[in-house]
Amino acid sequence: MVDIKRIQEEGYDVIVIVGEVDASSSIELDNAISDAVKSGKKKLLVDCTSLEYISSAGLGVFMSYIEEFKRNDINLVIFGLNDKVANVFEILGLDQLLKIEGTKEEAKALLG
Amino acid sequence: MKYCYKVPCKKEMLKEIRCFVKEVLDKHGLSEVDVSTLVLAIDEVCANLIIHSHCCNPKESIEVEINVDKDKGLIFNIIDKAEIFNINEYQEPTLEDIIKKQRKGGIGLILVKKIMDDIQIYSDKKKHVCRLVKKIHIN
Repeated sequence: MVDIKRIQEEGYDVIVIVGEVDASSSIELDNAISDAVKSGKKKLLVDCTSLEYISSAGLGVFMSYIEEFKRNDINLVIFGLNDKVANVFEILGLDQLLKIEGTKEEAKALLG
Repeated sequence: MKYCYKVPCKKEMLKEIRCFVKEVLDKHGLSEVDVSTLVLAIDEVCANLIIHSHCCNPKESIEVEINVDKDKGLIFNIIDKAEIFNINEYQEPTLEDIIKKQRKGGIGLILVKKIMDDIQIYSDKKKHVCRLVKKIHIN
């Protein structure tokens, strides 16, 4: 239902989400972010260009890390949300709490 | 028009429920974003029931009923036989609280309340019904 890959690129890691993140699969997103954080990486991109659906279970995973990112100075930028998925982030106002960009280039620029 | 779908209480069935709701709504000329938002709300209520009220017990089931009414809009009935959970009495946490406490849950019902126009809970001896109403133009 969801396929999550972590790719190490120069200076940052990219978490690529393919498919649907719901109550049955959000644990996989949680594990991927947790692994990236534990590895000590400070710059993370989340590639959502192939994310077809996200429910509150997936949004909750991102929200649960906001404090940890702040505490540990971790910069996570999400990019490539389609209109339907972006709408879900906007309904809750998460687009104001998380860093979200349109393209990978824009997201990389925000990583610094 | 009325559409019904009954599934066992397994998390894996959430995708099937989403497909059912999307298929029904696609027949009635709603925009892609409206369909996806309504699918999300039903997914949230069903996930909550399957996980919390039925503890993912596949021997139990929930039923999703969709009534499409040109005058009233869309009426979704989610029917089960578990302990009643009254979404209207549930005091959802604030987003600030969820972030501070690093909670992973708690936002599903905030979404449902933001998406739907009316939520009613009622029950009789045989079943509990969570009724979600969306006043929307139907073709």
